[in-house]
Amino acid sequence: MSEPVLRVEGLYVAFDHPLGKVQAVDDVTFALAPGERFGLAGESGSGKSTLALAILRMIKPPGWIQAGEVWLAGTRLADLDEDRMRAVRLAGIALVPQGSMNSLNPVLRIGRQIADALADHGLRLSRGEEERRITALLAEVGLSESVARMYPHELSGGMKQRACIAIAICLRPKVIIADEPTSALDVVVQRQVMATLARVQQELEAAVILIGHDMGLMAQFVDRLGIMYAGRLVEVAPISEIVVRPRHPYTQALIASLPSLEARGALIGIPGLAPLLRDLPPGCAFHPRCTMATDRCRTEKPPLRTIQGSQVACHLA
Amino acid sequence: MAPLIEAVDVSKRFAGGLGRESTLALAPLSLVIHSERPAVTAVVGESGSGKTTLARLLLGLAEPTAGEVRYRGNDLRKLRRDERLAFRRDVQAVFQDPYGVYNPFYRVDHVLATPVRRFRLAASRAKARELIAEALRAVGLRPEEILGRFPHQLSGGQRQRVMVARALLLKPKLIVADEPVSMVDASLRATILGSLRKLTDEHGISILYITHDLATAYQVSDSILVLYRAHVAEAGAVERVVTAPQHPYTQLLISAIPRAHVARDWLVKDETRQAASATVATTEGCCFADRCPLADTNCLLAPPSLYRTEPRRAVACVQFGDHPALPGGDLGEVLSV
Amino acid sequence: MHSVFRYLRRNPSLTIGIALLAVLAMFVIIGHLLVDTEDARPLSVPALRPPSGDYPFGTDRQGRDLLAVMVAGTPLTLRIGFVAGLLGVGLGTVLAFIGAYYRGLLDTIIRGVADIGLTVPGLLLLIIIAVSIKGTLTVNQMAIVVASLAWLYPTRTIRAQVLSLRERGYVEVARLSGMSGPGIIFFELMPNLLPYLAATLVNAVSAAILASIGLEVLGLGPIDAPTLGMTLYWVNFNAAMINGWWWWWTAPTVIILTVFLGLFFLTVGLDEIANPRLRRSA
Repeated sequence: MSEPVLRVEGLYVAFDHPLGKVQAVDDVTFALAPGERFGLAGESGSGKSTLALAILRMIKPPGWIQAGEVWLAGTRLADLDEDRMRAVRLAGIALVPQGSMNSLNPVLRIGRQIADALADHGLRLSRGEEERRITALLAEVGLSESVARMYPHELSGGMKQRACIAIAICLRPKVIIADEPTSALDVVVQRQVMATLARVQQELEAAVILIGHDMGLMAQFVDRLGIMYAGRLVEVAPISEIVVRPRHPYTQALIASLPSLEARGALIGIPGLAPLLRDLPPGCAFHPRCTMATDRCRTEKPPLRTIQGSQVACHLA
Repeated sequence: MAPLIEAVDVSKRFAGGLGRESTLALAPLSLVIHSERPAVTAVVGESGSGKTTLARLLLGLAEPTAGEVRYRGNDLRKLRRDERLAFRRDVQAVFQDPYGVYNPFYRVDHVLATPVRRFRLAASRAKARELIAEALRAVGLRPEEILGRFPHQLSGGQRQRVMVARALLLKPKLIVADEPVSMVDASLRATILGSLRKLTDEHGISILYITHDLATAYQVSDSILVLYRAHVAEAGAVERVVTAPQHPYTQLLISAIPRAHVARDWLVKDETRQAASATVATTEGCCFADRCPLADTNCLLAPPSLYRTEPRRAVACVQFGDHPALPGGDLGEVLSV
Repeated sequence: MHSVFRYLRRNPSLTIGIALLAVLAMFVIIGHLLVDTEDARPLSVPALRPPSGDYPFGTDRQGRDLLAVMVAGTPLTLRIGFVAGLLGVGLGTVLAFIGAYYRGLLDTIIRGVADIGLTVPGLLLLIIIAVSIKGTLTVNQMAIVVASLAWLYPTRTIRAQVLSLRERGYVEVARLSGMSGPGIIFFELMPNLLPYLAATLVNAVSAAILASIGLEVLGLGPIDAPTLGMTLYWVNFNAAMINGWWWWWTAPTVIILTVFLGLFFLTVGLDEIANPRLRRSA
């Protein structure tokens, strides 16, 4: 790819837990092309939200970044002091956090919250300019200008989510990280919100990292998909490849467990439980649940290898 | 024999406050669940559709504003003590949140031992332990990994399966499962839903599966009820309703589900008109009229009746006005297997 | 045991509170062994002696050994507070549970009485009650007088807690398991409220002690008892501050301060146990 807008290399994040160290992110490496839509799929405890926070250097104790580098358009984020990093957050990389509908301040009007975000980043605008900017932002996400004068509780779930997207894009970031932006929304509203995100992203020419667990949503939205399991990236490939020819047994099982709307058949789940992050099995983290596990899988951790344009972390791929 | 549970024209309206109109949570609805023909019935709808209200009414956790819910022919509100106990034995529930349903003060054993004790299901402590272990094994859990733990020590999926085991203990005739897997990981959903389906196939227990996820409803149920804004939009055999939907809302719902296919047509289909407001409409016409691509002036005059378009299908849309209307809106036959 | 100590280190308020109250307890217990409490009665010892070897806390105008008075009076004051607090919280808990769980007319009455009662100045009511009792009060009667109002605030706060708890999923599950109202109150709701009830109790005890001292300072307490509040009454009566008999009011003041600080820190510490969100990270 051309110069990537975001590059993550060898990221390790751990948490101190009284019962043992938890490896939340384990050697994650990937790159994001400008304007690309990258999906990060995994179940609870897979480390995807932690990864997003680590990229933004928002990991708080008892968590800490053990190793790894993050580059944003050639700038190494670890080199920046806290003030410059604050400027990068929202202006360089914007986060639409999980449950963002609940992260809107309930006692401030929407317009005021957008204005606060702008002011926080040193934008000195006149009253009129500020209003014009806010109206334009709201229009970009399909909200009327009257929304600026409303409080969060006056808006529906989908409208609140779109307001959060408006805040996220107000400083024209180059990367938008959307962490489960539609998990609490109904299916029809979800489509409206995702269509808004797609439109906004195209206009900004920004890259999007979509974090979630709905493979159907991923299939319809992203260009490339990364699958996380127990803190590790186990497969990264173009979405069409993953849907048609998943290579990692976990990905295969995930796709197989999707309930289809065509044929009615047996419901197939993945047996066993996701591993405890502080008590990972040796070798491949997935081997206790894998139908094809060999002795090598039980002892040797498989590295992420490139096979015909896809990356897989499996000895048997 | 009187049906197990019967909803006779039940509706629920929440009173407004000062200067606020009342909210219709569920429009008058009638259905029947027989114990002789165990089946899985899905109730599908988005938030505000009334599906949870329906569940609570059938469980006796809420009282209808009009109409009756009957257990074996008797109004739930007028049951005698022994009848009430029998009702609780025959009708159990599994709820959505696998955390709030556990009392954090007790180990998970408490939630299993309480019904055994209250309903005197075992003559001795040893028999009670055996009963509980059996129920846990029936949902794919190992008793030694579960008993003696506190709720926060188990995963969400394990907690939810313990709840299913709890519902099983009483060998009920009906389990009302309100979004049982929406807060559980995708890979585990199929397993839990599979064990619910097994309860019907192997143990003769009927299930009322309440969800917003049409795909899992399609996989696991026999009949389906689609609710929109407190009203029934469409009901009938699940194969027919999902593969050949007739109500415009059902069609919208199905098209809005993103599929894991290579074809990327999902985003472009978003051209629906926004709902007029976020609250329940109180206009006289069809509740879907403000979003329906086929709506005309007829739709605004009166809410449509349920028309029986097939032996096992009913649709509340004036398009099908030439078909016979269901008498009293009774979905009993349409939903039966 | 080790984990108890570790917890005390993470919850400094609780530790300080327990420590202060322990110091008082030691003072009383050891004091009883070393001092003759009979000397707390008037005309036992020479009057108005400043602190010395014989009388470490000095003596007052009526010839009481102030050390003996403190040793004898502290437990009395604490007892009033504790009994009143216990009665108040006990009654308050019962009323709160009944009102909040069953709702309806009963709840409206309970809540109405509590709310109205709280708007009337408490000390005023207590003064009226105390004045109406014929003859002098005993320490126990004092406790009951204070308890008559001590239930108002606990009823309100505990009711609020129960109102929120009764909406929890596990209450509905209990109903579905065939449990009855009283069963749910006792076995499902009560255990989750124990930390909160403990914190409320400490609060109520604190308030009761304050109320009783208030009444005593005004001269409406048990005249013959050597309680802390009565000592302050005599301090006022004899204008001890103007006369320069500093030792007379220093001792009760310090002890009252210790009691309140101890109870305050204890409340803060218990609050942290009751409300997990206040807990500091490990």
